[in-house]
Amino acid sequence: MSEHLAIAGLEKRLGDQAVTRGVTLSVGKSEIVALLGPSGSGKTTILRLVAGFETPDAGSVRIDGEDVTRVPPQRRNFGMVFQHYALFPHMTAGENVAFGLESRGLPSSEIRRRVAESLAAVELAGLDRRPVAQLSGGQQQRVALARALAPRPRVLLLDEPLSNLDPTLREKTRRELQRLIRSTGITTLFVTHEQEEAFELGDRVAVLNRGRLEQVGPPRELYENPATRFVATFIGRASVVPATWEGPRGARLASGAVWPAVPTAGVTDGDSVDLVVRPEGLVFSPDAGAGTVEGRVDASRFAGRAAYFDVALPSGEALEILAGPDAAPVGARVFVRPAQGGPLPRVYRRSGDDGG
Amino acid sequence: MAADSRRIAGRRLAPEDVFGLLLVLLLAWLVCYPLAITLAEALSAPNWSLRHFAEFAKRPDEWHALWASVWISLATVGLAAAIGVPLAFLFERTDFPGRRTLAALVALPVVLPPLVGVVAFLFLYGESGFLSRAVQAVLRLDAPPWRLSGPGAILLVHAYSMYVYFYLFTRAGLARLDDAYREAAAALGAGPVRTLWRVTLPLLRPALAGAALLTFLTSLSSFSAPYLFGGTFRVLTTQILFSRLNGDVAMSMVETSALAAVALASLFFLQRAEARREAVERSGGLGGVRGIAPARRRLGSSRFLVAALGWLLAVWLLLPHATLALVSLVPPGTWTEQTLPPVLSFANYRSLFSEPERLRPIVNSLWMALVSTAAALAIGTGAAWLAVTRRTRGRSAIEALIGMPWALPGTVFAVALAATFSLHAPWAGRFVLVGTAAILPLAYFLRGLPLAGRAAFAGLRQIDPALDEAAASLGAGAGRRFRRITLPLLAPALAAGASLAFLTALGDFVVSIVLYTFETRPISIEILSSLRMQEVGAAAAYGILLALLSAAAFLLWGSRTDSARGG
Repeated sequence: MSEHLAIAGLEKRLGDQAVTRGVTLSVGKSEIVALLGPSGSGKTTILRLVAGFETPDAGSVRIDGEDVTRVPPQRRNFGMVFQHYALFPHMTAGENVAFGLESRGLPSSEIRRRVAESLAAVELAGLDRRPVAQLSGGQQQRVALARALAPRPRVLLLDEPLSNLDPTLREKTRRELQRLIRSTGITTLFVTHEQEEAFELGDRVAVLNRGRLEQVGPPRELYENPATRFVATFIGRASVVPATWEGPRGARLASGAVWPAVPTAGVTDGDSVDLVVRPEGLVFSPDAGAGTVEGRVDASRFAGRAAYFDVALPSGEALEILAGPDAAPVGARVFVRPAQGGPLPRVYRRSGDDGG
Repeated sequence: MAADSRRIAGRRLAPEDVFGLLLVLLLAWLVCYPLAITLAEALSAPNWSLRHFAEFAKRPDEWHALWASVWISLATVGLAAAIGVPLAFLFERTDFPGRRTLAALVALPVVLPPLVGVVAFLFLYGESGFLSRAVQAVLRLDAPPWRLSGPGAILLVHAYSMYVYFYLFTRAGLARLDDAYREAAAALGAGPVRTLWRVTLPLLRPALAGAALLTFLTSLSSFSAPYLFGGTFRVLTTQILFSRLNGDVAMSMVETSALAAVALASLFFLQRAEARREAVERSGGLGGVRGIAPARRRLGSSRFLVAALGWLLAVWLLLPHATLALVSLVPPGTWTEQTLPPVLSFANYRSLFSEPERLRPIVNSLWMALVSTAAALAIGTGAAWLAVTRRTRGRSAIEALIGMPWALPGTVFAVALAATFSLHAPWAGRFVLVGTAAILPLAYFLRGLPLAGRAAFAGLRQIDPALDEAAASLGAGAGRRFRRITLPLLAPALAAGASLAFLTALGDFVVSIVLYTFETRPISIEILSSLRMQEVGAAAAYGILLALLSAAAFLLWGSRTDSARGG
């Protein structure tokens, strides 16, 4: 996939606080990339830097090799869908969509044709005379999308495009959004704090934490090979317990059990590490065999064909285990060990900075 | 994340920064400079000393005037609150027949020029007023039953015209209040009285503080009522005028400085209160408070009693103006000893429009109000756009300078402008404007600037900055964004601000009495001279005309209520 949008070393400070720190990311032609992170991770700032609403303190934004870092937003031709849509409240749906076309000085017949076309594409044909205040939340979202796409921008930017919709509508709208973006083939960068949204819409997902890019990759790679402890715990469910890395044998837990695990970058023999394990990577053991840890079932959460069990360990930590809904009653003393053939636990060097 | 989302440009000196600095200079010249000149004249006549201030401190009549200004204002706050707050609760929390109509009538005094109200009171409650004559006739007295003069009369007029601030602020505060607070208090076992004292009133405190300080400032700068009803009882505003009339210019400058100091000190407290209010609003109380309209209590059998009392109140509120309307229909020289006027006709109105000398003040008032409002609107909008949208350098100075005249009594500005623009010294930024047609529009402009400007600032702040960004991302440059997005969305706020500025200029008396010339005399001055010449009918007709023009301007442009200031 050829590089289309290139972000290099983006830094933005607010006062003496860095909002983004050296973020580098490239987005291929027609690729959809999700910026995923908790609030305050700098994902919206990156989007605004790309859109041109803010100027970075360092770094650059390029499109097709052209440096647009200091180009004002009105000359970038990037389409943007805002979190609260930012539809012009004094205009109709059609006038909103026409606004960007008028900016380009198109003849009015052409504008009319493309407004109708854009509204039809989001299944709002015939609603062009409707004041935006009279549209439902889902319709407003689609007008915002039609407005952003009508001028045929080089890049589409979306800021939490689905966060304003109620949950029942969100899934349906997500599918429509995906279909529409795919059909136009536009290069897309979007911000979300919901993993499910990022995974379903994004070809690749960029995980951000405290202004730093932790990992970029396809959803499955992030889930199976999280590069950092933050990604491991932020993406999907996982338990974290302290351990000591004992080289090829695995990681020794506080109880003395040694579990096989995958070491990540920088882990050497004898290091204090965090062992991160997925719920499906653990099973209940019928007896206290080798490699089991003993604990007590604190709680269980029923989830259809399976249930999640919280097992409290004597050391104070807890493990989350996915098992059959009747596997263990609450309060029972149980033994836990890694599942054979399940995803292996991963160990990360302990460092205060990683947080989680 | 997007904390400073309004800033688009970088940090170098952009063209808008140059405009911003020029604006600061212009405003400093028009707003601060005359005040500095006033203070300088108080200190330097004939040479630099504190002599006049010392004299001010020594003379008991000066102290009396200062003290009278303060206590009258405090008493006005108390009276206005006692009327306005219960009314607001009645109209916001209950429902009864005719509530909507009454609610609009109750807010009426805010639209009417102070002088018109004062003259109306004179015709109704004055010694030869309608009511006094009626009482005298019924009781067969030899003399009028009371005299409408002194502090009591002033307080009566103040309470009548300023309870509206408490009424409007409290209603707005109540409307914003989430009903969930009341429900939470009820769920925790608090009765209605405890809920009122512990929950509702504390939450209203910022609104009440705002109303109290607005009332205090308005009362402090009130001129019409003390001037016409004060008699020998002087407050600072009237004392300044009498000092000028007596030729004691230096002392009038000292008095003006004292009045300005009291007013600015009050503004300081007002802004602190507003900062608190804004802080509460910005946080949305605690967490995400949803705006649920408080439920209205439908009154039971008492609602007819409430409705009857409400309509009685409305009649009492409208009575002065009804009297004024009646008097305006009395032809000259036809009403002498009778309780009721024997003849009614439109003769007074005919003469207003047929005699050029009588038409002149109407034309003067209209053009001066229009020109000054247009200028205030243009400068105020430009300033708000530079400061809020473009975030130019010096934006806090711009906003402070725009807002400052709002706190300063009209008398202060009139005296300061008279002092500054009465001599020709172009190198010092002084020109002879006193005695020309330019001085009154300039003074009106300065009084209207905070009204139009604050509306523009507030209106712009309410516009989601994302709209401007959305327009930019759709390829619109700054000019097109302002024309197509900002201006249409700002229009209601601008109309409201302009209507307030226009009303203030149209009905102005306090500034005009210091600065008018015969050629440029406005309606208010003509009302006063008609009264002096015993042309009561003509004065009333002017008053009704002024009231109608004001009401028309208010209905046309500004149904949104904001802080109007009287004189």
